[in-house]
Amino acid sequence: MTVAKPIITNSAQLTEFTAQTRTRMSDVTKINILVSMGTCGIAAGTTPVLKALEESLAAQNLTGVKITRVGCMGLCHSEPTIEVVDTASGKSVIYGNVKASHAEAIVAAGVHPAEGLKVIERGWYYPEDEENTQDAPQARIVLRNSGRINPEDIQEYIAQSGYQALCKVLLEMSPKQVVAEITDSGLRGRGGGGFPTGRKWSFANAQKPKEKYVICNADEGDPGAFMDRAILEGDPHAVLEAMAIAGFAIGAKNGIVYIRAEYPLAIERLQIAIHQAREMGFLGKNIFGSGFDFDIDLKFGAGAFVCGEETALIASIEGKRGEPTYKPPFPAIAGLWGKPTIVNNVETFANVCAIIRNGAGWFKRIGTTGSPGTKVFALAGKINQVGLIEVPMGTSLREIIYGIGKGIRNGKQFKAVQTGGPSGGCIKRDQLDTTIDYDTLVLLGSMMGSGGMIIMDEDDCMVSVARFFLEFTLDESCGKCTPCRIGNKRLHEMLTKITQGKADMQTLQKLRDLSASIKDTALCGLGQSSPNPVRSTMNQFEDEYLAHILEGKCPAGVCADLVTYSINENCTGCAVCKKRCPVDCIRGEKKSVHVIDAEACIKCGMCLSSCKFNAIDRK
Amino acid sequence: MASDTSTNVTTPTADAPNLLDAFPDKRQALEEYLDSLPLARAAGRKKGFLIQSLHRAQAIFGYLPEEVQVLVAKKLELHLSEVYGVISFYSFFTDKPVGKHKINVCTGTACFVRGADIILQEFARQLKISEGETSEDGMFSLGGLRCVGACSLAPVVMVNEDVEGNVEPPMVKKIIRRCMQEGE
Ligand SMILES: Cc1cc2nc3c(=O)[nH]c(=O)nc-3n(C[C@H](O)[C@H](O)[C@H](O)COP(=O)(O)O)c2cc1C
Ligand code: FES
Repeated sequence: MTVAKPIITNSAQLTEFTAQTRTRMSDVTKINILVSMGTCGIAAGTTPVLKALEESLAAQNLTGVKITRVGCMGLCHSEPTIEVVDTASGKSVIYGNVKASHAEAIVAAGVHPAEGLKVIERGWYYPEDEENTQDAPQARIVLRNSGRINPEDIQEYIAQSGYQALCKVLLEMSPKQVVAEITDSGLRGRGGGGFPTGRKWSFANAQKPKEKYVICNADEGDPGAFMDRAILEGDPHAVLEAMAIAGFAIGAKNGIVYIRAEYPLAIERLQIAIHQAREMGFLGKNIFGSGFDFDIDLKFGAGAFVCGEETALIASIEGKRGEPTYKPPFPAIAGLWGKPTIVNNVETFANVCAIIRNGAGWFKRIGTTGSPGTKVFALAGKINQVGLIEVPMGTSLREIIYGIGKGIRNGKQFKAVQTGGPSGGCIKRDQLDTTIDYDTLVLLGSMMGSGGMIIMDEDDCMVSVARFFLEFTLDESCGKCTPCRIGNKRLHEMLTKITQGKADMQTLQKLRDLSASIKDTALCGLGQSSPNPVRSTMNQFEDEYLAHILEGKCPAGVCADLVTYSINENCTGCAVCKKRCPVDCIRGEKKSVHVIDAEACIKCGMCLSSCKFNAIDRK
Repeated sequence: MASDTSTNVTTPTADAPNLLDAFPDKRQALEEYLDSLPLARAAGRKKGFLIQSLHRAQAIFGYLPEEVQVLVAKKLELHLSEVYGVISFYSFFTDKPVGKHKINVCTGTACFVRGADIILQEFARQLKISEGETSEDGMFSLGGLRCVGACSLAPVVMVNEDVEGNVEPPMVKKIIRRCMQEGE
């Protein structure tokens, strides 16, 4: 650890520094070109675009134009994305699916949309900075800086009022006041459970021991959810600042971010951020001259979903197998190394600074009474506009799926949306007008979970989906308790039988009974919630279960044992399917009807999706 | 693995020479890392450094053979069984050598609903290995992993460190061929 000279030690210096930083930036930069450099942006090919932009900028010899690498803008459906901002007026234009060859035109056009490029409507507003004058469906509190600032440059964070909340807390508030403010805001844990954050902090605040810990849960285990990754990649300081505030509120000097090893870019940006915060004196000893010390370490996960559960996570930090323990005692009483510990989710922390800056009253005006604020969702699956969205609590599923997500791909029928990951459930078509918050989702037999939303269409088989989640739980069960280890195995076997058409009606009853007893008897949240996907799909889509059992049919045509592919007389002999077939099981002369060798067919469906003449039957 | 064999495992044998001796610079890199840990200040809590040490060791050696486990156990003053218990619990760690090209098919929910299982089957068929295995020539390992956070590009395959998005079954052959060309 390098100990660098702290530059800012009191609030006056911070205010001045913020003002200076802002002036310096707006003086130099007239046009700011923001290039989305999150994991998915890079995977979609942002790097060559960035290079081309830099070259065009140099070639066109423009002054006052700056290129900034930013985190995820949430527009995953149109990566690589670029936003060009006029810093004086705030006017901007967002381009999607940008190619390196567009760079010259983008640089030359400024904020007037360049011709021939895909322009994207912003669709969100920033409650902290502006009124919702355009009636935007999205509100960005958590993602306020993500996609707007360079996450690797602390000065850009400072220019967005960064570290002012920490400064206010340390110099103007008592720990009890901080806890009261967070309690009053009604902020609930975004890691899934929705537990009131202020209440958790007050338990830890009341504990005697001097040694306490603040842990940020960045394990993000729900497959198909990526909001925590995006926050850490796009705005790491917001989380670090909030952890220091939490440390002050409960009387802890040590913070730990437990992050999954599968997120190398987020880890790198966190490391840079921690280093810069230390250099500036925002972490370390005597922060802002207040006498308060706080520092943050990183600990890495190693590929175990159950480590997202807080007691297992603590065991993992202690270097043990990540097996959960009984609660109580809760971590707030006896957590890491037996000391009082609060564990909060990344997104929970990402709300804290905005609440401190603007007050609990401001926060409560957004969202619903029982669940104030916003929620970030990762939209994925069969939806037109996949991406990361942040909406006020109380937004309807219809608005999310058809408004923001622009409906179902390829004109197919919506079937269900899955929320809550392996612990959650499915929501049907006739429930689309439900407004979402913690409590309404539970009423529908699902749960908020961490914010993954997988949209499914008519081609998805709900029995297979339930089986998929159980396979996940089986893989991830730590094996400590029998209901989870053995019970889920039996559930999985029964579901497999159904998908093979080998089950009878008794199987259905057994599924119900066993699901109920696993829910009641498993040790931790992983086991207790593992039957949820089964229960939920059985309740909502019983007809599909019955079709498999009674008719030996998979209505969606997914279960390989229950479908066959064949070619009908519509076939023109174009041979496209023959070329696409990965196992070469389609035969026929050019311009005559082809046939599928049913023995060799692996039922991948490639022929069906490639045929333009409706000549493939799936039965 | 019984912990009382720990005294024997470092002894090189004719057919299995000690890995640490075979790669002195790797051994040195790991020892330097372990020595740099502030263990003295962590009385009673040395185990807290175990997982990060294993991450480092695996980054250096590619996997965690017994010799490496013994070295880590010794430095952190842990029982070999404790070290092995942790390795076997976490799916990120492996005590078997992995292939030169690591193919990991994302089997997260978003990729599942877009046909990841068919992609995985197709790799298994072409490489003639199952999930979790390495091909006999040591060229390929095939695995599944849960969500790399690029769900918008589903189905996603990690080919070594790179994310390959929107993969369709016919692309499998091409990906394998490309790896083989790189391997030459
Ligand atoms: C099986 C299981 C997995 C979990 N995974 C996560 C996770 O990946 N991220 C997370 O923040 N919370 C996860 N949780 C919830 C945590 O136990 C804990 O409640 C949460 O981190 C508390 O933070 P919050 O109050 O800010 O939500 C998981 C819980 C269970 C039972
Ligand atoms: S589910 Fe495959 S990348 Fe997210």
